[in-house]
Amino acid sequence: MDCDDALFRVYEYLDGELTMWRRRAIARHLDECPPCADGFTFEVELRRIVVSKCREEVPHTLRVRIAESLGIEIIEG
Amino acid sequence: MADQEKFAELATPYMSALYAAALRMTRNPSDAEDLVQETYLRAYRGFGGFREGTNLKAWLYRILTNTFINTYRAKKRRPDQVDLDDVEDFYIFRRLGGLEAADAERTAETEALAAMPDDEVKQALESIPEQFRMAVILADIEGFSYKEIAEILDVPIGTVMSRIHRGRRQLQKLLWDYATEHNLRPRVETTTGG
Repeated sequence: MDCDDALFRVYEYLDGELTMWRRRAIARHLDECPPCADGFTFEVELRRIVVSKCREEVPHTLRVRIAESLGIEIIEG
Repeated sequence: MADQEKFAELATPYMSALYAAALRMTRNPSDAEDLVQETYLRAYRGFGGFREGTNLKAWLYRILTNTFINTYRAKKRRPDQVDLDDVEDFYIFRRLGGLEAADAERTAETEALAAMPDDEVKQALESIPEQFRMAVILADIEGFSYKEIAEILDVPIGTVMSRIHRGRRQLQKLLWDYATEHNLRPRVETTTGG
């Protein structure tokens, strides 16, 4: 496996969507190739940043509306 | 336990995540609230048909996306079937000099992206065309597998993969363009990478 092969599969690898065999081949390449490992780490980091910036607090009024429309107690969480 | 209590106990913990996804889909707090309320109502009514032990989160998201597609998108003239600009893979990574870049430069860039205001990141995600945006939200924000996303969106897995990949590239380009325009990036000239 070379760098192009590894980078071609980066998303499937990070998404946990590869077969065990392909996973291992990429993991082996990353062990031997620090620049590729950096690239993979960068993608993970970028995703983490996006996720952390897209969190939302549910407005209390919405919790109340939902509880009322279902006829149940408001549950926080 | 009564069915309604059980539903509340099982489904309520997903409200924050559903609301965040609804906001990214509708791009409007009032529509997002209506969408989440409607989702809970439909889920509640359909709860009898939900089999315990199956994936409740995926089931709720399927209801959310179907409700969005059928209700809110119907308001628009037609869904944006526009094609994306062709953006290359690892857009940001390549602009950082790709495999040849020094670690320190990349760390500085990551910090610059981490310093972006939340609203700008949200806006970048929201400006990806809908079909790609939905796939990216389900994969990256919610962590669903390709197979689950295929079931939620009712499209083949190959289509899911292609939408996720292209949506992510588009998102990277938007984030990069924003960081560049607003001089958030450290002064490293590495635009020829890749």
